[in-house]
Amino acid sequence: MKFDVIVAGVGGQGVLSLSSILAAAALNGGLFVKQSEVHGMAQRGGAVTAHLRLSSTPVHSELVALGSASMILSLEPLEALRHLEYLAPGGAVVTAVDPVRNIPNYPALDELVAAIRLLPSAVEVEAAALARRAGLARATNMVMAGAAAPWLPLRPDDLESCIRMLFASKGPVVVERNLAAFRAGREVSCSPIR
Amino acid sequence: MAVRTLLGDEAVALGGIHAGISAAYGYPGTPSTEILEFLLQHRPEVAASWAVNEKTAYEQALGVSMAGRRVLVTMKHVGLNVAADPFVNSALLDINGGLVLAVADDPGMHSSQNEQDSRLLADFARTICLEPHDAQSAYDMTREAFDLSERFHVPVVLRLVTRLAHCRTGVEVGASRPPNPLSKAPDHGNWVLLPANARRRWRDLLDRQADFLAFSEHSAHNELTAGSGEAGVITAGIARHYLAEHLPELEQRPPILHVGTYPLPAALLRRFAAQVRRILVLEDGYPFIERMLRGVLPAPVAIAGRETGDLPIDGELTPDTVRRALGLPQRPHLPGVPVPARTPQLCNGCPHIDTVRALKEALEGLPRQLVASDIGCYTLAALPPLAALDSCVCMGASIGMAKGASDAGLKPTVALIGDSTFLHSGLTPLLDAVAADTDMTVIIADNEVVGMTGGQPTLVGSSRLYPILIGLGVPAEHCHLIEAHPRYAVTNAELIRREIEHPGLSVIVAVRECVESVRARKARAPNEGAVT
Repeated sequence: MKFDVIVAGVGGQGVLSLSSILAAAALNGGLFVKQSEVHGMAQRGGAVTAHLRLSSTPVHSELVALGSASMILSLEPLEALRHLEYLAPGGAVVTAVDPVRNIPNYPALDELVAAIRLLPSAVEVEAAALARRAGLARATNMVMAGAAAPWLPLRPDDLESCIRMLFASKGPVVVERNLAAFRAGREVSCSPIR
Repeated sequence: MAVRTLLGDEAVALGGIHAGISAAYGYPGTPSTEILEFLLQHRPEVAASWAVNEKTAYEQALGVSMAGRRVLVTMKHVGLNVAADPFVNSALLDINGGLVLAVADDPGMHSSQNEQDSRLLADFARTICLEPHDAQSAYDMTREAFDLSERFHVPVVLRLVTRLAHCRTGVEVGASRPPNPLSKAPDHGNWVLLPANARRRWRDLLDRQADFLAFSEHSAHNELTAGSGEAGVITAGIARHYLAEHLPELEQRPPILHVGTYPLPAALLRRFAAQVRRILVLEDGYPFIERMLRGVLPAPVAIAGRETGDLPIDGELTPDTVRRALGLPQRPHLPGVPVPARTPQLCNGCPHIDTVRALKEALEGLPRQLVASDIGCYTLAALPPLAALDSCVCMGASIGMAKGASDAGLKPTVALIGDSTFLHSGLTPLLDAVAADTDMTVIIADNEVVGMTGGQPTLVGSSRLYPILIGLGVPAEHCHLIEAHPRYAVTNAELIRREIEHPGLSVIVAVRECVESVRARKARAPNEGAVT
């Protein structure tokens, strides 16, 4: 089993923590993992990606190759489209639909959504609304972890215990709200739009 | 053995801890920053500290080594240019406590001004360089590098690249070795590089090259794997993984030599070359091994790599460029969708925005001649919508360039530099400008942290900047502190304008804390309830 993920978003959205949660859950589940992150200048509101490679056998390359990602997991719709070349035939795009319009030439949202809907396998997630409903507006990345969960070779319990661990120092309320965000995302993905 | 999940950088830090380091120094720089951050966060017993720049970091490390203790010094590749003076000279010293320089290259320039290859600087200094290929080997090699440094009495370079430094994976860690006792280097003049001593030490270093080579020839980090066919592959660093990824698809497994130590194991390379007619060299960074192998004379073995067009001459290697070089067809994939670029930008509410806007306002109507800038978040003001800067070269260059341009006759000239960049390399060029009372205006954008690399503290607090400037000799009537805030937009612009019109040196410190740093500080405070 091999499962490559491109985790995408805009600097500041929590791409790294999203990717870390998935990596930690995979390690708990006994998988081999390589997680490549982008630090430094790119984090300042620019396009950010993490390459996450999960496998039942040792992982070689740090980077995902073109045409081999089982999933593009994006916190932002434009960023979901930026990396389509990496998607394997049959791979899924799981993306938040909330745009981050920090560039002047940001395309029309309906065009982006239309392009996403053309893909063979795509899940759109109202991540911001779900995070707000879970009581923690910033937890969109946990909503997206939940939305990705049904597709990943990871046990939901492992993911939930990693979320508990990551936020333990912030107190039980923050933990519960992050878990609620995760579960809300998971529910959306378990009942796909199509 | 315990297994821990670590970034390559963190594996280096832990390797240093387990090798018994007593101290660590560095200057933040992507992709090396997390080495020292890990030490600062996890090991208070190691005297780890940020230095004002890479040169002072390296010099402090030399002091630790002279005292007989082990020391790790970290920087990014271009930082080694700043530290090149002590680094190159230190190869001539009789290194006492193990000194390891972990330097992180940034092929592809994710966050850098060039993609220079530190293996060449290790070669330039005539010392030993180890090149790990994953976090595990980074951990193992760091430990070994300290032993080598003490065995051969030279600084040992550990060369990392971005994708290794910032890749998180499992690492098996071993037991800790205790730190060295305090034991000052014996006094044989081996640390006094007066010409007579330096000549003796240089000759000694050259004589010991044979020992370094013998180490390299027999190192287990250089792995020869048998294969079939007339085309062999040499890999270095993480390129090894890009090859491994594709081996199952190749018709036959080629003979492979992985290189992990420098000086290059020449006899091993010759033995490898004797079995093949063509060698493809896969290495991240410069075509260093490739050039060494090819030389300039006709050779019996064809050498393919970056200089032959088999791989791109620039940028980092990727699984896909390696795949092409191996002659494999491209994997089927969707065509890319054209989407607008999303370049990094200054954060909402960033004080640099207010500083640059005030500067633009002040320059309004003047012939805009030169705004020389520097390395930091504020360099993003070179891009639209601000589009206010003319240069970004290296740490501290803004002030020297503004002085030169003013000397040459450009008026007005402005230097825009951050507070930590100023402390790093701006003091000395400012002294040049003070000495000449150059007609130029220096604006120090003081956000009270090292912003770009993640909010490390600046070496001296913001409040000490003004007395430093006065102490350097900046005239008090032309040295100002302003607050970089929208509510002072008009008065700030007026003040900058006045100082630009002053026909001599002016320095304006525009202060306001980095918004990211404010946010992080609030998140650290108890009961604030922020996530991530």
